[in-house]
Amino acid sequence: MYKIIEKRALAPQIFLMDIEAPRVAKSAKPGQFVIIKMDEKGERIPLTISDFDTKRGTVTIVVQTIGCSTKEMENYEVGDSFLDFVGPLGQASELMSESIEDLKKKKIMFIAGGLGTAPVYPQVKWLNAQGVKADVIIGAKAKEYVIMEEEMKSVAGTVYPCTDDGSYGYKGLVTNKLKELVQNEGKKYDLVIAIGPMIMMKFVCKLTEELGITTIVSMNPIMVDGTGMCGACRLTVDGETKFACVDGPEFDGHKVNFEEAMRRQTMYKSQESLKDEGIKPGCGLVGGIK
Amino acid sequence: MDRMKRIPIAEQDPKIRATNFEEVCLGYTEDEAVEEATRCLNCKNPQCVTKCPVAIDIPGFIQHVKNREFEEAVKVIAKYSALPAVCGRVCPQETQCESKCILGIKGDAIAIGKLERFVGDYSRVHNVDISETKPKTGIKIAVIGSGPAGLTCAGELAKDGYDVTIFEALHEAGGVLVYGIPEFRLPKDTVVKHEVENVKKLGVKIETNVIVGRTVTINQLMEEEDFVAVFIGSGAGLPMFMGIPGENLNGVFSANEYLTRNNLMKAYKEGYNTPIRTGNKVAVVGGGNVAMDSVRTAVRLGAEGHIVYRRSESELPARAEEVHHAKEEGVIMDLLVNPVEILGDEKGNVIGMKCIRMELGEPDATGRRRPIAIKGSEFIMDLDTVIMSLGTSPNPLIASTTEGLEINKWKCIVAEDETGLTSKQNVYAGGDAVSGAATVILAMEAGKKAAYAINEMLTK
Repeated sequence: MYKIIEKRALAPQIFLMDIEAPRVAKSAKPGQFVIIKMDEKGERIPLTISDFDTKRGTVTIVVQTIGCSTKEMENYEVGDSFLDFVGPLGQASELMSESIEDLKKKKIMFIAGGLGTAPVYPQVKWLNAQGVKADVIIGAKAKEYVIMEEEMKSVAGTVYPCTDDGSYGYKGLVTNKLKELVQNEGKKYDLVIAIGPMIMMKFVCKLTEELGITTIVSMNPIMVDGTGMCGACRLTVDGETKFACVDGPEFDGHKVNFEEAMRRQTMYKSQESLKDEGIKPGCGLVGGIK
Repeated sequence: MDRMKRIPIAEQDPKIRATNFEEVCLGYTEDEAVEEATRCLNCKNPQCVTKCPVAIDIPGFIQHVKNREFEEAVKVIAKYSALPAVCGRVCPQETQCESKCILGIKGDAIAIGKLERFVGDYSRVHNVDISETKPKTGIKIAVIGSGPAGLTCAGELAKDGYDVTIFEALHEAGGVLVYGIPEFRLPKDTVVKHEVENVKKLGVKIETNVIVGRTVTINQLMEEEDFVAVFIGSGAGLPMFMGIPGENLNGVFSANEYLTRNNLMKAYKEGYNTPIRTGNKVAVVGGGNVAMDSVRTAVRLGAEGHIVYRRSESELPARAEEVHHAKEEGVIMDLLVNPVEILGDEKGNVIGMKCIRMELGEPDATGRRRPIAIKGSEFIMDLDTVIMSLGTSPNPLIASTTEGLEINKWKCIVAEDETGLTSKQNVYAGGDAVSGAATVILAMEAGKKAAYAINEMLTK
């Protein structure tokens, strides 16, 4: 059992949890993720690690309620436990295998879309600890959805909030902000790391390809085991099939087939909406057998 | 009684069982088991034993069954195997123990598997205590993976008095017994859970949700957690795909994903949260036991199920019993057929599969006749779901994170045949991680041999 040590609302439908999982906390690295199964009947859902504390033995996750399981997760309180919590999974961020000297020479921009701000944070924090200040664009639909801005500011160079409705920071999409910084303000970036909804990552990649900036994305396909044994999370990268859970989740964004990846994300959409609307008992759904 | 004829065993009616996940074979009653056991000639030089990978004293336990000494029969098997209720169900006995039964020459071989299963089930129902071990040594041994190889190795070492911990990546112990083999061949909550419990009763600890290579490394286990020896039984769980166009369309699955959703995550059961694609017309590409398990699962979820296999029926690698069961349940066999492309609609959903017909040529190096495509014979199967069941290979995760652990070109861990010793000191390996995908009983044999070698090494 994995106990919830802290829980905090960050924005409407977005909350943070510190989970007691000493083995995971000890081995976790920025860029990796965990899989949680809440109870006996639960499904296995992947969530990116947004922080970890080796001393306390805790791992931080940030969750957005988008469906049946995440809504159920919101009902868990401090002191409650999850049945299964496994990780760290996937490859650590590639930044960690570069030399610090090389990193210091680079101008790095992170682009965080919505919930994607959470997995961006440990990477920026890690860079800061190495003496590298990265800039961050945080995108959200409106002011109340901008999360972790203060934490991010404490470890980043410049943080640029953007909102779709202009209620806070720059009014418009993260791609427009990046374009403005590069084309109007003469900023130069050697590397962009984009984490957020696939559609956002796709458009960031389209833009950075034009701008000639190397771009890393963190892919979030459907997963089951997260250990490479099923291929549910497969993607096409540079014409080759890759398993996001073991080969990624980070890939060269200019080589990812986003059309296919976005299509595969919708595989269980009709089943998900049925259980979300409570048409089926619990979240459970079956075919043939009634 | 005709000594040459096997006592028949009850099975669920094919029409009914094709709509549920209950076990197909219902097993012998006590009287039927005694009657079948009575046929055994109790050979002085029993050939059946020579073909059992863990060398169970087969005539020994069968004589106890014959005399209605069921508890004694349990104890005889327990000396050799920790998983009789599993092996009695899933071993290919026709090519192992039963293939050498003397009665098989003129009539039916003794139903050794069914009798073993009867004894395993009796042990569970009557809670026979088989938890006896030698005095504790206090020496810690780590076992990676809780499949048949790991469970057997851990059980044997615990019997020798070692302090054994199994590390399992998934949330439940059992490996392929829980995620791969379906409920209708191997019930999970009763049979598998109980045999795992038996291993725990010997004092074995099982830590689930630990991925060796990510959560912790072998070096950490040995250096920081004082494990003196390690056995790797991590299996061969990496699925293969064909590499044909359309394989990433929505509706194409690896058999591992399909079976994991259904068996481990219980997607077929009301109230469980994992969804599964049921499909109306499902093709399973491949001809092994995993392909049969997948297609029979699809049928139970309400689909029309097809097996698409590039050779003919006599080359099917699946057990004859499973092929027979599949056909009885309405599975359609599309033999001498090979897929060349999976076709999708504009939304990326599978709508069909382009295939080519095959004929058999000369035998190849493995002795099997090589399938050759017949030019111009392409045709399209209308489908909405395709399941790839082409085999699996070992997951490279452990080898890639363990310095000094040698692997071969098939990514299998290199280990000595008799002992399981790897290129790394005090690290042993066995089962599919070494051999590539094979059988439950061969994995158990490897686990047993390694346990023996580890004990030898530690008592020297």
